[in-house]
Formats: sequence, C-alpha cells, structure tokens
Amino acid sequence: MRRQHFFLARGRFWVGMLPWAWMLLFFALPFALILKVSLSTPELAIPPYLPPFVMEPGDVLPHLRPDFASYRRLHDELLALGTPGADLQYLAAWGNSLLLAALTTLLCLLIGYPFAYHIARSREAARNTLLMLVMLPFWTSFLLRVYAWMVLLDSSELGLINRVLLAAGLVDAPLQLLYNQGAVLVGMVYSYLPFMVLPLYANLVKLDPQLLEAAADLGARPWTTFLRVTLPLSRRGIVAGSMLVFIPAVGEFVIPDLLGGGDVLMIGRKIWEDFGPNQDWPMAAAVAVTMVLVLIAPIVLLHRHGRADGRTDGRSGEAG
Amino acid sequence: MMSARVRPGATVWLLAVYAFLYVPILCLIAFSFTAGEITTQFDGFSLRWYGELLRDDELVDAVLLSLRVGAFAATAAVVVGSAAAFVLARFGRYPGSAAFAGMTTAPMVMPEVVIGLSLVLLFTHPLFTFLGGRGVAAIWAAHTTLCTAYVTVLVQSRLREMDRSLEEAALDLGCPPFKVFFVITVPVIAPALVAGWLLAFTLSMDDFVLAAMLSDPGSTTLPVLVFARLHHGLKPEINALATVIVALVSLAVVVANRAMLSAQRKRAAALRHAAGISPTGVPNVTLGSPDIRR
Repeated sequence: MRRQHFFLARGRFWVGMLPWAWMLLFFALPFALILKVSLSTPELAIPPYLPPFVMEPGDVLPHLRPDFASYRRLHDELLALGTPGADLQYLAAWGNSLLLAALTTLLCLLIGYPFAYHIARSREAARNTLLMLVMLPFWTSFLLRVYAWMVLLDSSELGLINRVLLAAGLVDAPLQLLYNQGAVLVGMVYSYLPFMVLPLYANLVKLDPQLLEAAADLGARPWTTFLRVTLPLSRRGIVAGSMLVFIPAVGEFVIPDLLGGGDVLMIGRKIWEDFGPNQDWPMAAAVAVTMVLVLIAPIVLLHRHGRADGRTDGRSGEAG
Repeated sequence: MMSARVRPGATVWLLAVYAFLYVPILCLIAFSFTAGEITTQFDGFSLRWYGELLRDDELVDAVLLSLRVGAFAATAAVVVGSAAAFVLARFGRYPGSAAFAGMTTAPMVMPEVVIGLSLVLLFTHPLFTFLGGRGVAAIWAAHTTLCTAYVTVLVQSRLREMDRSLEEAALDLGCPPFKVFFVITVPVIAPALVAGWLLAFTLSMDDFVLAAMLSDPGSTTLPVLVFARLHHGLKPEINALATVIVALVSLAVVVANRAMLSAQRKRAAALRHAAGISPTGVPNVTLGSPDIRR
C-alpha cells in the first residue's frame, strides 16, 4: 500500500508537469509578452519593436525604457471625446464593437430563447434530432457560413435576395445589402445563435412542467407564469448564453472584414490592421490589453453563472 | 409527465429559425451544381466545379495540411487536456491550483485575436527562436493550446462522474496503478476522449484567426486559403467545397450520434439488467457537449 502511494505521488508529479509546462509556455508567457510589447516602441526591425527594457553584458539590473505612447494614444482619444474633428478611430471602433456585440447578444436571445424553449418542450424522442439540427451548421466551416451570406446579400443585381426582390417587383434597383452594419449584424447573429441556444436548452430542459401547471392551477395567466416562473428559473442559462455570444462578438474580426467592407470599424479589426499592414505591434498589444480588461467582467460573470449544464447548479436542481 | 401538446406558434417559430439556419447553406449547395461562372445564377446542372476542386492543387494541398495539423493538434490536445483534467479533478487544492484552473480554460473565453497576437509575440521573440518561428509547428502549438481547454472540460466532467470505487477496488486487489489507469480509467473516460478528439479536430480544421496570424508563406491551411480567395471574388468552386464539407460533416455527426445513442441504450439496458430494476427513462443525450465552444 505504502509503495503504491509513493508511486502514485511520483506519477502525479509528472502528470501535472505536462499541462502546467504547456500552459505556462503557450498561454501565461505569451500574455506577459503582450503586456511587455504594449510598453515597447515601434521600430523597423524583426520583430518590429524595441523592448521596454535592455540588458547590456555586465548589467545586474535591466535598463528600463517603457514607452507609454500606445496607451497615451488611447487615453488622448478618450480626452478628445466630444471635440469636433478629432481623430477617434480606436474609440469609434471600440464603441461600434460593443454596440454590435450587444445587439448581436440581444437578437440571439430574442430568437434563441423561444427556440430553445420549444425544443425543450417538444417530445423527448424529437429533442435529440432537433438539437442535432442546431449543431450541424455549427460543425461546418465558419468561413463558408459567412460566405453564404456574402452570396445572399450581394448588392449587385446578382445577389440572391436582390434577385428575389427584383423578380417580385418589390424594388426597382438592387438594394445595398452588403458592406454595412446590418450585414455584419446578420452574419454575427447567424454565426453565434447556437452558442445562445445550447446553454439555454440545457437549462430549460430541466424546468419541471409541474411548476408551470401549479402556477396555472393557482390562476396565473401563461404570460405571468412565464415572467414569474420560467424566466427567473432560466436566469443562469440566459447569462451563460449571453456571455458566450457577447465575448467572442466583441473581438470578432472575420465577419466585419467579409460582410462589413471598409466602413465597419471594429476593435478586433484594429488589432488585425495594426498587427498586419500597419506593423505597429505595440499599438496592437495595447489594444489587446484593453480588450482583456474590458472582457474580464463578462468572463467572471460567465464563470459565476455559467454552470448552465446544472451539474453544480443548486437552484435549478431544486426546481427540476 | 411532459405536456407535449402541439402548439402552432411553437412549430412556426421552430420552422422559421431552422429556415434561417439552413436556407443560406442550402443555397450554397444548390449553386455548387451550376455550369456557369456566377455563384447566384443557375446555368444548367453540371459537376464542373467539383472537377475544378480536385484539379486545384493549391486547394488540395491546403486541405491536406489542415487535415494533418488537425489530427496532430487533436491528438496533442487529448494528451495535454486529459492530464490537465486529472490535475483538476483529482489533485484537490494545492498552491497554484486556482491559477491552473483559470489558465487551462481561459483560451476558451478569450477572443481569438488576443490569443493569436500573444502567440505571435512568443514565436517571434528572439529568446524563443528555438521554437522555430511562425509556420506549421506554431499553428499546431496554437491549436493544441486552444483545443486543450475544450478537451479538459469534457474529460474533467467525465472523471467527476466516474465511480472511483472501481479504481480503488482494483488497487486494493493489488493491481499496479499504471494498469489500473489503462484497464479501468481509460475505458471509462473513453467516450470523452473520443468526443474531445473530434471536437478538437473540427476546431483546428475550422480555425482561421490563429492560423492566419501564425502562418508563414509555406503554411497555408484551408481556412487561410479560403479567406484569401473570398477577397479575390466569388466562384462556384467555393460552393462545391462547402457542399463537400457539409456532406462529410453531416455524415460524421449522424453516425456519431447514432453510435452514442446505441451505446447509451446498451449501457442503460446493462445497468437495468445488473440492478434488476427498471428505471423510468434513458438519460438524455446531447452530442459532445457543444455548448462549451470558445
């Protein structure tokens, strides 16, 4: 027995080493590097920045030379808020990202909640198939699903929706459907809807129908029952689904790039541009730092409320 | 128990949302069979674009590279993720355990642009040139890191559900720990390992942001190539590619779902048989815990 435990202890050490080392090298350290590079100076070099500290041979401590220019840029835009004619590209991108992410979350919730509810209330035999049908598009290529919308929304007379509208005589000239905020919003709702539906379903399927019957027996009208029983009991699913949509939507880059054209600014796109064509890695890193700071609150919320699967969810355990 | 009345409102809503989800994909599929050059005009039926797909060497190379990266990343993610799941489920609290829990699952909730940028900074850092810089290995490492988070969650929940008395009994009867692990633990968590591998493989195959940020000219994965092509104008060839992917994925999902359902039924029947009781229902199955993506 004793020998076994000794062996287990040693084995445990090596089992723990692998993921610890991997995550430190490929997650924690890269994040520290983001902080470091955000305090660096852009420079025509490989990699394109001057680090914020240098160590000459023989030095005991590194020489510090942090460059706060990237953060100052963001700070100055905040101060210039409201000044006419000021260049507020980062702030505008942030504002638009938050707005589009919030609208996407809201629309996903409005479409996804009744949808998940009706799947959860359908026959037990049908539920598995219905759920599989939600997942199927999600397993296929994300880029190709966005491409589908490029074809549908195409603004020339060849766009599918425009063709239908023209053929039906509803419009005289093709509508400008692609390359605007609306197109980005449609693309994001389409891509993120499953993230909303699945946690909501997991939560709603455990709702005890007897509670609803009891409410009805006591004279509550269906709408009252929904507002006072169903909705409060599914709070965790709502929070989890909303955060699962909101968090990636804030950082989204592909959808605004393909469906938004040049006009739709989003903060994920700014990181991409500063990293790629602009070669301003310190600025990209500084924006990434602000993104992590902004998203900490939603991420914490997701972890607190996000046990939508209910395994550790005492509340819905009592209800179900 | 369940009131399964048919409500017309419910049916309409379900149909409308499924139409929203499927009409774009069905349009893509329909126009993949056009003979013409235009993605939205049907100029007679032909398999022309499927032929072009096979003759497109650049695309075939990208598919092969994506398959390779996906398989290696999924395998590595299952190894690292299972180890991480053991640490989380079995090691209890120790100094740093909370940090470890945060670190392993954080890639799931961080925007991909941030993860991508952080990894580019690592792979281009002068002190880490031994990692080989940007390229296929960097994409593999990035995908492994991302997928590890998902595998960890899947395997961890399976480990927590598992009846530990099986392992304890084997240990008490003198079975060496390594053998216990392979003879008892692995078979019990096998469904989570398989589901984790498949999820990781699809995530890697589908990832554009990390692959694009970490690619060098010699490492164009399928999504990176498709993204570049989408900027150069639309061709029905992309529709053909989408149709092939949708067909393969649907087949895989249906087969996996069938297999999982029948395994569940068998297990339930065996349990009933063993316990001599008849439980009222079969546990509800959902496919591979999709809700934890990203």
